[in-house]
Amino acid sequence: MQVFNDNFGWVQLAVFTGLLLLLTRPTGVYLSQVLDGSGKTFLGPILRPVERSLYFLLRVDPQKEQDWKQYTVSMLAFSLAGLLFTYAILRLQHLLPLNPQGLGPFSDHLAFNTAVSFTTNTNWQSYGGESTASYLTQMVGLTFHNFTSAAVGIAIAAALVRGIARQSAKTIGNFWVDLVRVNLYVLLPLCIVYAVFLVSQGMIQNFKPYDTARILDPYTVEVAKKDDKGDVAKDALGNPAMEERRIEIQAIAQGPMASQVAIKMLGTNGGGFMNANASHPYENPTPLSNFIQMLSIFLIPSGLTYYLGRMVKNQRHGWAIWGAMAAIFLMGVVACWWAESAGNPRLHALGVDAASGNMEGKEVRFGIFNSALFATITTDASCGAVNSMHDSFTPLGGLIPLINIQLGEVVFGGVGAGLYGMLVFVVLAVFLAGLMVGKTPEYLGKKIEANDVKFGVLFVMAAAFSILGFAAWAAVSAWGLAGLNNAGPHGLSEMLYAFSSGTGNNGSAFAGLTANTYWYNTTIGLAMLIGRFIMIIPALALAGNLARKKRAAATGGSFPVSGPLFSVLLLGTILIVGALTFFPALSLGPIVEHFQMTGSSIAY
Amino acid sequence: MKNMLSEFRVAVVATFSLAVVLCGVYPLVVWIISQGLFPHEADGSLIQRGGTIVGSELIAQNFGSPKYFHPRPSAAGEAGFDAGNSSGSNLGPISKKLADAVKGRVEAYRAENGLPADARVPADAVTSSSSGLDPHISLKNALMQAPRVARARGVGREALEKTIHAHTDGRDFGIFGEPRVNVLKLNLALDKKM
Repeated sequence: MQVFNDNFGWVQLAVFTGLLLLLTRPTGVYLSQVLDGSGKTFLGPILRPVERSLYFLLRVDPQKEQDWKQYTVSMLAFSLAGLLFTYAILRLQHLLPLNPQGLGPFSDHLAFNTAVSFTTNTNWQSYGGESTASYLTQMVGLTFHNFTSAAVGIAIAAALVRGIARQSAKTIGNFWVDLVRVNLYVLLPLCIVYAVFLVSQGMIQNFKPYDTARILDPYTVEVAKKDDKGDVAKDALGNPAMEERRIEIQAIAQGPMASQVAIKMLGTNGGGFMNANASHPYENPTPLSNFIQMLSIFLIPSGLTYYLGRMVKNQRHGWAIWGAMAAIFLMGVVACWWAESAGNPRLHALGVDAASGNMEGKEVRFGIFNSALFATITTDASCGAVNSMHDSFTPLGGLIPLINIQLGEVVFGGVGAGLYGMLVFVVLAVFLAGLMVGKTPEYLGKKIEANDVKFGVLFVMAAAFSILGFAAWAAVSAWGLAGLNNAGPHGLSEMLYAFSSGTGNNGSAFAGLTANTYWYNTTIGLAMLIGRFIMIIPALALAGNLARKKRAAATGGSFPVSGPLFSVLLLGTILIVGALTFFPALSLGPIVEHFQMTGSSIAY
Repeated sequence: MKNMLSEFRVAVVATFSLAVVLCGVYPLVVWIISQGLFPHEADGSLIQRGGTIVGSELIAQNFGSPKYFHPRPSAAGEAGFDAGNSSGSNLGPISKKLADAVKGRVEAYRAENGLPADARVPADAVTSSSSGLDPHISLKNALMQAPRVARARGVGREALEKTIHAHTDGRDFGIFGEPRVNVLKLNLALDKKM
């Protein structure tokens, strides 16, 4: 087994997991200072005046807390305002400044899809960045949401944690205060340092038009001939006509990338500045930039587990959740790494060296291990940046990112979204455990009642219906099949991945799918809205419900929510819910494809 | 309803005021610092020769002549190596198109490098990269191309292999990523020296 001999892979995995573990506590402590509205941080002397003036502009009293309904209304109002803001920029980009390439406006359905995508922290991209979006669009229209949708996610998680930590309370915090403080004290300062580091590795940060290089070895290629309308021309026999083209220059896309990429990763957004995302050499120049980008995806979600433990005064509970997350993470990495290093037997039969693994759609500087690790991390979290093309993974290698998304991205997860998603699973796990032993379920001294479980189930069901419903619809529709880049089971995987990614607010893709069509843009847009707001609203309702309850004193009969037993129970709940829901669909996609690849000569 | 409207007003003010800080001040601060500390990187690591830009250290460009080392196949843009249109092939593992393309590339690679018909070809030489702009090839791939380049340039194999090793980057800090050879930088060094 090749994977078990790659010592460098194991060392990198150990360094990654060890560093993440080390950073969890300091990040969690800092988050608890920021998420306490009157908490002091070491950046206070510099940023406090900015914070105060923002409250003054907003006419918000930072001392006044909101109940869960007011909190929800504020969150929805803010999301709507941001959505319209970005939609307007996308539609008007040809009239706005910082557009040196003179790119035209986004079409109405593409602008809808993209505005929804960034507002919901998904960053699904039906467009290629460098060929579609102006610098202003990237820097303002999209980066705005990279910051704020991340801050909203953290705010919601904090609200839910407050609901758990408080008792007999009506309020769960103030949305505006959380929004402002997370942006100013966490995301902004980290991003400034991080972005400059990325530039030092070779990432671009400029406002100049695309450069033109005169290449060293000009050549001639055959390309499909286009008619006046831009469609492929046909020859007399109806075959696509070809023409020769002499290539002497190379236009190289530029732009203010580093400032956007820093928050793209730290805020688990994942929307690429370039079409090839974090596999583009400008967007991820070195193995070191790659390592730090991976670490920055998990940094805040991991810190939030510590924040949870600290707030509910049960640090072992926080670590038990961290442990369950780490277990699923490591299983995913090893499985994906194994499948990708085993490579594609069909290509080996053609004479490709089997020892190199599956290199289609991967970059040499990352190789097999760092591509598998990145793919697992980006889908454990709701990040969605990619440093390799998941569409070209082996069937089982591609199954891992897909199933990670379908499990709800609760393995560290999106910033905030991972924690509130995981807490819903905690409530369900506690409920199931209560049923098994015949006790009234309780969580940290609070009785879990019918309403709490209903909110939890709504949260889980909404995702399942959206993913499977939309994918099934696409699979039997002309508009769905028209977008496929691959036929057979892989085509089904492309559709299934698209709606999983949309609903899960992930944003990565089996990117061969041509999604920039009226139907795909609209349906994936709706899936993203469902995946964001039909998840957040039950989470906030749960927060309000839990805050109201009294805490009973712990007794010998209380269910322990720390230790390995609880971690295993939680892990089991996640895997069983995920497996029961999605196994049938997965067996028609990647699983059957695996057996076709290894046991037949069927090709599509 | 009144509550909704007043919340929306707050939301609009929040949107514009946060945009000034996060989308105006922040990228400009990063731009100023980067241009001050790392101007070469911030501007795209461009390589100039006699005042003309000939490429970027980080962006693959095509080389087809025997005297140059060849980069990985590219699916960026319709003609490949389009640095305004980065992309992978996105072909799945049992795609017929993928198998056909790889078959053709394996045969071409063996033919141009004078390899026997059963020679195993390094995967990176015959598969398209993720970005279509991968500036690197594996060391194995470079060494297998070396005899052809040496012949075309009329230089010794040993001297050439030395140059290849001099242009091989190891793992970052000895741990991270994979060893790799930057094709454009290697070819530029050859043009200069050999």
